[in-house]
Amino acid sequence: MADQATFAEQAMPLMSALYSGALRMTRNPADADDLVQETYLKAYRGFGGFQEGTNLKAWMYRILTNTYINSYRAKQRRPDETELEEVEDLYLYRRLGGLEAANLGRSAEDELMDTFGEAEVKQALEDLPETFRMAVLLADVEGFSYKEIAEILDIPIGTVMSRLHRGRKALQKALFGYAVSHGLADRPSDPDPQPVTAAPATDR
Amino acid sequence: MSDDCNETLKELYGFLDGQLSDEDREHIRQHLDDCSPCLEAFDFEAELRMVIRHRCIEQAPDSLRERIARAIEAER
Repeated sequence: MADQATFAEQAMPLMSALYSGALRMTRNPADADDLVQETYLKAYRGFGGFQEGTNLKAWMYRILTNTYINSYRAKQRRPDETELEEVEDLYLYRRLGGLEAANLGRSAEDELMDTFGEAEVKQALEDLPETFRMAVLLADVEGFSYKEIAEILDIPIGTVMSRLHRGRKALQKALFGYAVSHGLADRPSDPDPQPVTAAPATDR
Repeated sequence: MSDDCNETLKELYGFLDGQLSDEDREHIRQHLDDCSPCLEAFDFEAELRMVIRHRCIEQAPDSLRERIARAIEAER
């Protein structure tokens, strides 16, 4: 049983992490503010149900996610349930991997940092269909384990892995699109020869 | 590309996500020590992950912090 008197001390330092997620979910600062506030109030009221010693950020993310799904998603445009097209593994690497070789003295990391700025990465993530966006956000931005994501989203671990796998590839494809449109990479000469590398994963 | 490369690349995300057993991790480390193409692919994905994380980190606005602190205070 967690003591409500210690809530603020423990939970307030997590606010930026929750706000980052709220912004990517709602795609709108005013809604993100409201969503985070509602999450904190619910967490405060239900803090007795938090097990001290477990991951408070994961516990609050579960509240954030449920609140978003129940109250905010309905206000926004209907979640895009279209299936993601199949994208080959290592999509971006296979197209950009050789790039750094041409830029002696610069690390591959700097190269990527420069190619994909804040606006591009956020847009690419926010453009993912919601189910995939949530999985990628929780894993790649917030650093949760598969098990924690399964608990936060209330889905089986296999589904977490499938959504991550497909969401990440779709994100890479979107990022490659930015690189091409900014002249940072060549347009694919062969319009997407897509070797089928994996059987289409069935989701949900 | 050897079978070992295919096996290694299949485990790429499990490795980067820290979800492999010590034994599987070690197996992949050994392969990466000997195989620069696989190492390059792993490095690329790891760096991309860092870029994505770095770009999406936000600071909660002070106004929101104050608003929430007040709202919790009002609950007491």
